Amino acid sequence: MHVASLALTDFRNYQQAELTLAPGVTTFVGANGQGKTNLVEAVGYLSGFDSHRVATDAPLVRHGAQRAVIRAGLVRDARRTSIEIEINPSRANRVQLGGHPVRPRELAGTVRTVLFAPEDLALVKGDPSDRRRFLDTLLVARAPKYAGVKADFERVVRQRNALLKSAGGRRGRPDAGGTSDPLQTLMVWDEQLIDLGSALLAGRIHLLDQLNPLLGKTYDAVADASAEVSAGYRWSLGEDVDLTVDRTVLAGALRAALERRRREELERAVTLVGPHRDDVLLSLAGVPAKGYASHGESWSLALALRLASYQLLRDDGTSGGEPILVLDDVFAELDVERRSRLAALVGDAEQVLVTAAVAADVPATLTGARVRVERGTIVDA
Amino acid sequence: MYEGVVQDLIDELGRLPGVGPKSAQRIAFHLLQADSEDVRRLAQAMLEVKERVRFCTVCGNVAEDAECRICQDPRRDTAVLCVVEEPKDIVAVERTREYRGRYHVLGGAISPIDGVGPDDLRIKELLGRLADGTVRELIIATDPNLEGEATATYLARLIAPMGVAVSRLASGLPVGGDLEYADEVTLGRAFEGRRRLDVP
Ligand SMILES: Nc1ncnc2c1ncn2[C@@H]1O[C@H](COP(=O)(O)OP(=O)(O)OP(=O)(O)O)[C@@H](O)[C@H]1O
Ligand SMILES: [Mg+2]
Ligand SMILES: [Zn+2]
Repeated sequence: MHVASLALTDFRNYQQAELTLAPGVTTFVGANGQGKTNLVEAVGYLSGFDSHRVATDAPLVRHGAQRAVIRAGLVRDARRTSIEIEINPSRANRVQLGGHPVRPRELAGTVRTVLFAPEDLALVKGDPSDRRRFLDTLLVARAPKYAGVKADFERVVRQRNALLKSAGGRRGRPDAGGTSDPLQTLMVWDEQLIDLGSALLAGRIHLLDQLNPLLGKTYDAVADASAEVSAGYRWSLGEDVDLTVDRTVLAGALRAALERRRREELERAVTLVGPHRDDVLLSLAGVPAKGYASHGESWSLALALRLASYQLLRDDGTSGGEPILVLDDVFAELDVERRSRLAALVGDAEQVLVTAAVAADVPATLTGARVRVERGTIVDA
Repeated sequence: MYEGVVQDLIDELGRLPGVGPKSAQRIAFHLLQADSEDVRRLAQAMLEVKERVRFCTVCGNVAEDAECRICQDPRRDTAVLCVVEEPKDIVAVERTREYRGRYHVLGGAISPIDGVGPDDLRIKELLGRLADGTVRELIIATDPNLEGEATATYLARLIAPMGVAVSRLASGLPVGGDLEYADEVTLGRAFEGRRRLDVP
């Protein structure tokens, strides 16, 4: 899949911009703060309706404007479609596919992008939630049904937490009205937590199984020195349970863990068991990356995770189409040798969008088209 | 802002579900220009529902007498009971013409976020209706979303030991949906394909 055209209205520092894009490599060049990242951020927004930089939509709308619009012409297997997203921070996005309004949820997985940006350092150094988000986004890109599984799972956790809170409050006053036992209702939410939780767990664990071999290769390509790299799933179910993708086993493990921690859950009034408490343990040469790896190693590992995701999506044989690869500000961090290794790795991608403040940082082998960006306008394309 | 009573009317209309400020204004001006007789009929209808319509003492449906039309109808099968969340869901099920039994309205679904637990639903009344053994089959037609599913599971656990066959509408209903918005063909099919609820 590639983006053939992009039009922005009141998106970030672009009042109005239009751009035609070709397959292969396109490099956006311009001094700091001109709008290079803003452009590729818009492309990234198409796949998950979120930005890699901000958690809310308000900063995406040009200062002083009410709403932003992203329009993109897409080509997949020689078939053209268009997608239009109106971003309005005060209400739901309006999305059109091929000129017809669709619900954002129906569009999950239509546009596949893999975006690497300096913010991805958080994949290594950040909180478990950063790594969970990475896994789940990739999972949804591979199999859109997980968008629903994840949303439902999160709602079950909120329902369950609300119930744990009220059950905890009621336990002090046994006759506080009502005849039904809150624990009776809790069991009902447990079933849903187990059902959806085991589906999400199986999806994540299977995904990591597939990602690991690719991660080794991409890390070798972009790192200074090769080291054995691994991404292992860390869960809340206790050490005694072996990782598996068998949903029945996972469901059983969830059930047992819920029972084990019931009292603690009631005391703390939060759901302590489930994929929302889990993490991915990244390690280099057997040592955890977080807290131990150098800046350069962490950065290479984050980039390697994105590149491995890219290869996984590209080769997954589904009808999703080859993803669009976005590399924001990568080349400045790499020495000449690693630049050319990275260039070789991504050179045959259907479409790569690269940003660079210094054009000379991008290896000659990866030039492709050049687009100059200056103060929110596209100067020459 | 408009003056006095006109603004009062717009404000009142704007409090109705699904009516935003723009629609409230449009309806208000429509009423201003309409025949007095038409407006009087509308006002009368609104007053009358409030005065005459109550909730059925048996099933919780809207009713003009102590019992609703369906509960009073001797042709309806007393051995089958369909459990729904709201009276409006009865209308949806009736449209399918697939169902000849009676109903029980819960008045919502279990949702701790909204502070709704089993005690806030008409579950005690339901158990009361099942006590004499007339009802042989219970069809749970709560909404096909998480809260509807949770309510169905809760009821199934509660009722299965009483020897009543409990089934849940088969899917085919859009998940995350509202029963009242399902078209009659889909809902009709869901009724035919209802499945027995397994109690773990
Ligand atoms: N909502 C907005 N409205 C107006 N301007 C904005 C908005 N959001 C960001 N900007 C401006 O966009 C500019 C940043 O653009 P961008 O992040 O794309 O820079 P860049 O070209 O990638 O620079 P660098 O090389 O430093 O990464 C900043 O000057 C910022 O003030
Ligand atoms: Mg930038
Ligand atoms: Zn009735």
